Amino acid sequence: MSNEQNIKVELKPKKRDDRGLTSRPKGEPFVWFTGMGLTIGLVMVLALLGLILWQGVSVFWPEQVSKITLKEGAASSIRGQQFLGGEIKRVQEKKLAVAPGEERPVEWQLFTGNKDAYGFSYKYIDADEIVETSQPEDVIMIERMEHGNAVGHAVSLEKPDGTLIFYGTEEFDNTLHSVYKDALAKRKEILKIEKGEIGDDSAELQELEVKERGLKRRGKWTDEKAAQFEKRRAELADRFQELNTKRLALKEEADKGHLNITLFTGEERQIPFSEFVYYYHPNQLGFMGRAKVFTREIWAFLSTEPREANMEGGVFPAIFGTFAMTILLSAFVTPFGVIAAIYLREYAKQGLFVRSVRIAVNNLAGVPSIVFGVFGLGFFVYVMGGSIDDLFFKDNLPTPTFKTGGILWASLTLALMTVPVVIVATEEALAAVPRGMREASLAAGASKWQTIQRIVLPGSSSGILTGLILAMARGAGEVAPLMLVGVVKLAPTLPIDMDSPFIHLDRKFMHLGFHIFDLGFQSPDSDAAVPMVFATTLLLIIIVVLLNLTAIFIRERLRRKFAGSSF
Amino acid sequence: MEQTSSTTTPVSPADKSADEKFIQVKDYSFFYSGAQALFDLNMDIPKSQITALIGPSGCGKSTLLRNFNRMNDLIEGVSHEGDIIVNGQSLYDPLLEVIALRKRIGMVFQKSNPFPKSIYENIVYALRVSGQNNKQVLDEVVETSLKAAALWDEVKDRLNTSALGLSGGQMQRLCIARAIANRPEILLMDEPCSALDPIATAKIEELMLQLKDDFTIVIVTHSMQQASRVSDLTAFFYLGKLIEFGETKELFTNPKVKRTEDYISGRFG
Repeated sequence: MSNEQNIKVELKPKKRDDRGLTSRPKGEPFVWFTGMGLTIGLVMVLALLGLILWQGVSVFWPEQVSKITLKEGAASSIRGQQFLGGEIKRVQEKKLAVAPGEERPVEWQLFTGNKDAYGFSYKYIDADEIVETSQPEDVIMIERMEHGNAVGHAVSLEKPDGTLIFYGTEEFDNTLHSVYKDALAKRKEILKIEKGEIGDDSAELQELEVKERGLKRRGKWTDEKAAQFEKRRAELADRFQELNTKRLALKEEADKGHLNITLFTGEERQIPFSEFVYYYHPNQLGFMGRAKVFTREIWAFLSTEPREANMEGGVFPAIFGTFAMTILLSAFVTPFGVIAAIYLREYAKQGLFVRSVRIAVNNLAGVPSIVFGVFGLGFFVYVMGGSIDDLFFKDNLPTPTFKTGGILWASLTLALMTVPVVIVATEEALAAVPRGMREASLAAGASKWQTIQRIVLPGSSSGILTGLILAMARGAGEVAPLMLVGVVKLAPTLPIDMDSPFIHLDRKFMHLGFHIFDLGFQSPDSDAAVPMVFATTLLLIIIVVLLNLTAIFIRERLRRKFAGSSF
Repeated sequence: MEQTSSTTTPVSPADKSADEKFIQVKDYSFFYSGAQALFDLNMDIPKSQITALIGPSGCGKSTLLRNFNRMNDLIEGVSHEGDIIVNGQSLYDPLLEVIALRKRIGMVFQKSNPFPKSIYENIVYALRVSGQNNKQVLDEVVETSLKAAALWDEVKDRLNTSALGLSGGQMQRLCIARAIANRPEILLMDEPCSALDPIATAKIEELMLQLKDDFTIVIVTHSMQQASRVSDLTAFFYLGKLIEFGETKELFTNPKVKRTEDYISGRFG
């Protein structure tokens, strides 16, 4: 008891004393230092994710549309009109140099839509020039196949049969909905003819061309064959005429009927129903209504193809391309890396040579990715692709089949780039399998390969998967090498579809990473591209996280299976 | 347990000398990358007996044991002189397949090392790697091996659960069951009880006494009590040399060499 009191008394003075009982241990500030490092890192990552999440998601949330009345003779007016309107996207200070003490003028960024009428769809207006804003109920927002959205006061609609129905009645709403659905159905039908039947025929024509070239090359081109081919060509041409007539008729019919709107600036516009993608009344929506539009917009973004130089529409082909490429990449990199690592760790005689191979492999991971792109182009595309074309697709020449960028070469290039990661991780995993387990297996009369196959590989599978996760994360987010070996801005077809042979490894593909680059830096309208860049970035992050989570899930299951060993 | 070890050449009981010299170590020396670990050993280990190898750490007893099934081949830079002959067959015959040899010599390690598989798969591992996949045969082997290892009653209801869920003593008995599943002629045990509590140790010792009719057991142990309890013969090693080898009772009660006496009486080691 008395002892304790003594110590308490000793501890009381907070300053350093001779006995060193109250002095701080040496190096304690470094604990704070390291903690600070981690905190700064975390804050930066979270801020980045938060920004992308907020910006990426808010793109799809439908805002109210405001009608703005400007001062007489305002500089921000459109063609001298007093009124204009649209979604208010941002309110910010102008980036001008001002005298000290003076306030910076404020400007509003307005999404005006109606690109076909104005020539732009985003406009900055001076806040000083605004007299008043209002949210008229009759505003309608129409997403169109071309020229982006149209915004204006709904006036009336003309049905395909010519009847005119004015806005403000229940009949208007119902009819608009039904003609819109009809228009969608018709567009689908036209698309089916264009892509389906006409597409098949033109594919057959191409095939005939290839066959003819092949027969000529082999000297088997006879008059009989020529007549046969000519006949088939004529048939196809006839059918094309027939289908085209049908298509044009459908188009003409679909083009009937339109919606009349008045823009805020006063112009009257007719919007044919065949142009409709989607429409809603932004100022009539409650929270649930907005949520419905929001969900629909997100779904459209995920599931449809891009339109208008990728500025509108969805990114489905890019999602598909990213997935397909990452999975192909994993399929190439895993066996390759694991086999190499098994040899290096289990069979090769450890010595100077193996050590230098290991160092070389590690250094390979540090080579800039664009170098792999150049290598992929030079080796895979030109050398391997060229040989494949010479051997198997000679009749298609000079049109290249494999001697051009494609998903196969892109995946192989990325597999090569990420193989060091897998080799290193696998080697570590193999080395971590306890010696006792190998010895037990060998003592039971198993051969070395049996031991590797039955004991070592299952035991190291979770470590191998860790390597694969790292490889996938690196591969899925890589853009630079892909630009050389197969990624395109807009791919007309997916690498996997219903056309035989279903998996088309020679096809070019779209990729979310490249899509971001393309939208952000190559699109003509930067204001319109910014929200799409955020949304696409968010999506890419989500996909990489999803792929990683899947691999982590599998790894945890394996780990549980082989866990608890008592070595 | 009725059948005796499946020797290829049956030895008649009258042929005592063959049984006496089941494992023959002849002028045997062993080197790790040039460093000599065993010096000119000569010993004959008899059949169906328990032979204990004792001695202080680093005396070469484990090295010798691991040479009986050529586990030391896994280490780089090892070499040897002399020969080891098991049942008339030289271990260093260039024509000898090490894998076939190991099928005839089971081994139990110091740390129990069950595979991260089910109990069943652990037992049948040796049979599976030799290509035996007949369910009936495997089932039978699992039952006889586990019974022989006195583990059957404890695990018969959970043969398909992971072996890693067993207790330390059970795991070691499982490893014994796994080692005898292939019906080897010899069972090598490398300090099988060093990580176990006294009760588990007692069980394994009891098990060894039961198994010795069917298998020739060579055990390395640090515990002189254990050696005196279970073994018929004891060999004392010191610094890679065989100091004394003889009947356990004789060696413990009346050691001929001073160093042996010092060691077993606890004066050094």
